[in-house]
Amino acid sequence: MTTSTGNTAPTTRTGKAADYLDQRTSVGSAVKEFARKVFPDHWSFLLGEIALYSFVVLILTGIFLTMFFVPSMSLVTYHGPPASMDGQLMSDAFASTLTMSFEVRGGLLMRQIHHWAALIFLAAIVTHMMRVFFTGAFRKPRELNWLVGMLLMILGLAAGFSGYSLPDDVLSGNGLRITDGVVKSIPLIGSYLSYFLFGGEFPGEHIIPRLFTVHILLVPGLILALIALHLFFVVLHKHTQYPGGGRTDKNVVGFPLFPVYVAKAGGFFFVVFGILALMGGTMAINNVWNYGPYDPSPVSAGAQPDWYMLFLEGSLRLMPGGAEFVTWGDFTVPLNVLIPAVVVPGLLFTFLFAYPFVEAAVTKDKREHHVLDRPRNVPVRTGLGVAFLTAFIILALAGSNDLIATHFHMSINAITWAFRVLFFVGPWFAFWVTKRICLGLQRKDRELVLHGHETGRIVRFAHGEYIEVHRPLDEQERWLRVNYPAHAPLEIEPATDARGVRRKGYKKDKQLQRLSRFFYEDRVEPVTPTELAAAHSHGEHDALEGAGHARIEAGAGAGVGGRASSSSRRTGPTSAGPEVPAQ
Amino acid sequence: MKALAARRHHRFAPVVLLLLALLVTGGVYAALAPTPANAETASTEDIETGQKLFQANCATCHGPNAEGTESAPSLVGVGAASVDFQVSTGRMPMQMDGPQALQKPRQFDEEQTAQLAAYVASLGVGPTIPTDEQVDASQGDIANGAALFRTNCAMCHNAVGAGGALSEGKFAPPLWDVSERNIYQAMLTGPQSMPVFNDATVTPEEKRDIIAYLVEQRDGSAGGLSLGSLGPVSEGLWAWIVGMGLLIGAAVWIGAKSS
Repeated sequence: MTTSTGNTAPTTRTGKAADYLDQRTSVGSAVKEFARKVFPDHWSFLLGEIALYSFVVLILTGIFLTMFFVPSMSLVTYHGPPASMDGQLMSDAFASTLTMSFEVRGGLLMRQIHHWAALIFLAAIVTHMMRVFFTGAFRKPRELNWLVGMLLMILGLAAGFSGYSLPDDVLSGNGLRITDGVVKSIPLIGSYLSYFLFGGEFPGEHIIPRLFTVHILLVPGLILALIALHLFFVVLHKHTQYPGGGRTDKNVVGFPLFPVYVAKAGGFFFVVFGILALMGGTMAINNVWNYGPYDPSPVSAGAQPDWYMLFLEGSLRLMPGGAEFVTWGDFTVPLNVLIPAVVVPGLLFTFLFAYPFVEAAVTKDKREHHVLDRPRNVPVRTGLGVAFLTAFIILALAGSNDLIATHFHMSINAITWAFRVLFFVGPWFAFWVTKRICLGLQRKDRELVLHGHETGRIVRFAHGEYIEVHRPLDEQERWLRVNYPAHAPLEIEPATDARGVRRKGYKKDKQLQRLSRFFYEDRVEPVTPTELAAAHSHGEHDALEGAGHARIEAGAGAGVGGRASSSSRRTGPTSAGPEVPAQ
Repeated sequence: MKALAARRHHRFAPVVLLLLALLVTGGVYAALAPTPANAETASTEDIETGQKLFQANCATCHGPNAEGTESAPSLVGVGAASVDFQVSTGRMPMQMDGPQALQKPRQFDEEQTAQLAAYVASLGVGPTIPTDEQVDASQGDIANGAALFRTNCAMCHNAVGAGGALSEGKFAPPLWDVSERNIYQAMLTGPQSMPVFNDATVTPEEKRDIIAYLVEQRDGSAGGLSLGSLGPVSEGLWAWIVGMGLLIGAAVWIGAKSS
C-alpha cells in the first residue's frame, strides 16, 4: 500500500468511478447523507414498499404490453386461437389482446403478471393506509403526506379502471356502460358529459384510445410524480416509529439506510416480483376470451369489477330502484344511480380526506408526532376506522351477492336485504364493539402496570393465607403502557365574557366541544408516576397480598360517545389504584 | 373339416380366431345391449312398464294419468326429452320442495328412464331424445357456439358456464359436468326457470355448436388455474389470500431478520 502523504486518490476501479462522478457532481455528500439516514425497523413499514414494488412491476410489464396492444376500436375479423374466437368480428383492441396472449411468446404471462400486480398494488395501498390510520401516522407534520397518499390511492383506482377496460371485452364493456350510466345520472350536465367522454353516443369509437392515453401516460405520470413527493415527505419528516423505551418525538431509533435497508428493501423487491410472477404464471386472471368481444347486448352472470371497484358495484346493487323521479319540465333525476354511485363513495372519500384535520381540531394538539399510537390508546379513532372498513367490506360483499347466493345456497333477495340493513347497522356495531375492546385493553394495561404479571406462584403464609406473587413489569414493558397522551374533551370559554357580553365564536366552539366529547369522553388515563409509586409502596404488601383489582370500571358505562353526561367520565387517579381494598 | 384341421397350425390362425372372437362378442353385445329408448322405437311393453313405474313414483304429484295436479304440472306433451332430462339427472322424482328441484343421484337406471320416457311420450307429441349425432361436440362450430352462448345463455349460466344466481334461491347450475345429451335436452325443453330454446329459435346445429363450446371449456384455462372461472370476485379474493398473504408473510420475515 502506498502511503504518499496527502494523496487519498482511490485505487480501486469502483473508487475511481465514484471519485470521477463526485468531482463532477458532488454527489458524495448526498450519498453520505442518505446512507446514514436512520429508519426504524418494523414489518408493517414494508406495506408501502409492496405497493411501490408492484408499481415498478406494473411499469415493466406494462411497457411490454404496449408493444403489442393496438388501442383502436376499428373492427376486424380475427383468425387464430382460441377456437371460440376464430372468425369473430371484434375490435382491434380485443384482437391484439388475443394475439398478445396466444401468439406472442410470454405475452399471456406478462398480461397476467400485470393484472395480478394491479390487484396487489391497490391491496397494498389499502393495507398501508390501514397501518397509517390505525397508528395515527397521519398526525402533524404528516397530514399533507396523508393527502398525497389519498390521491395516490384514487389515481390507483383510475389506473386500474382505465386498464381493465382496454381489452374491449364484454365484461369491461359492461363496466364502461355502468360508468356511462353514472355520468348520465349527474343532474344537468350528465348527458353532455357522457357525449364528451365517449365522443358521441355510447360506446362510440373513441373511448378505448382515450383510456389508453389515460392509462399509459396521464395516470402513471401523475402516480410517479406523487410517489416522488410521497417519498420526499418521508425523508423530510423522517419515518415514524412504534412506541418503546427510548423512542421519543425527537429521535429516530433504527438502522442506517446503508447497508441494512438497502439490502432489505432491495431483497424485498425481488421477493415481490417473484411472488407476482408466480401468481401470473400459475393463476389465470381476466381471460378476456371467456367474455368475448364487446357487444352492448350481452351481460353474463357474475359480471363484477375488480375488487377495488367492488364497493361501487355493491352500492348500486343495494340501492332500491324506486328512487328515480321526474321533475317539472320533464327532467329525470335518477337518485337510484346518483346516491349509490356518487354520494356514497363521495362520503367515504370525504371521511378519509378530512379525518386528520377533524382529529387535529377536536384534539387541539399542535405538537409534532413521530411516535406512533397504539390503536387501543385512541379508541374512537380505531373504532371509526373499523366502522369504515366494515362499511367498505359490506358494500364489497353486496357487490358479490350472486356468488354468495350460489356458493352458500341462499336466496339472493334475502342476502340483498340483509346487506341493506347491515350497511346502516354494521358500522355502528363495529364502532361500538371496537371502542369497547380498546377501552378494555387499556384497562388491562393499567392493571398490568400497577400490579405486574401474574406468576402463577402461590405462597402460603405462616398464618395460613394464600396469595399469588406478582412480578413487576420491566422498564420496556412499562414504557410501552404508560407513555401515551390521553386527550381530554376540549374545555371552552363560557358563552359570555366577564361583563356578560355574548362571546363571538361560542357556537362554533360549542360544536367542536361536542365533537371532542364524542372522541375523548370515554377514556382510560395512563398510570402516573405517583400512582405507580403508591402502588409500589403499598406494593410490598400488594405484591404479596395480591388480588388488588383496582376498581377502574367507572368509565365502563354503556353508551356510544356518552352524549348525555356533561362532565367527562374518566378513569384516573381518583377511582383507580391501590387504595381499593383487596377482597 | 379336414382342410380346416390341417390349417390350424397356420401362422395366421390366431389372428383369424381373434377376429372371429371379436366379431362374436361385438355381435352378441349389439344384440343384447340396452338401446337408448326413444318414443319412435318404444314397444308397447316399454310403455306399459313405464306406466307402472309412473304410477308408483310420479303419480302422487303429477296425477295418475300425468294430467297434473295443483302441486305439479301436466306431463301430456312434454315429450321424452323432458322426462329423460329430469329423471336421468336425478331431479325427478323430486326429493323435497324447495326453490327448485336439485340434482341428485339418479333413482332409475337407463332402462327404467327409457320406459318412463316412452310412457310420457305416448301421452302426447313432444320433443324427442336427441340422437348421438345431434349432441356430438366434435361436429360443432366452437366459435359460433361461443357467440350463441354469450347472447342466449351467459346471463344466467356465466360466460363459460360456471353457473349463476337467480331470484329467491333459484340458480342456473354450472355446466361443467352436465352430459352433452342433457345440455341439448335442457335447451329443448326449458326445465324449471330455464326458457325453452326450440328448434326455431336455436336450430339443432346451433345447439350442437353451443355444446361444442361448453365441452371445449372443460379443458381449463390457458392461463393456469382457472379459480372457478367466476371472474373478478374470485380473482380479488385470491389476490388478497395468496398474494397479500405471501407478501405480508415475507414482510414479517424480513422485518424479523436481525439487522
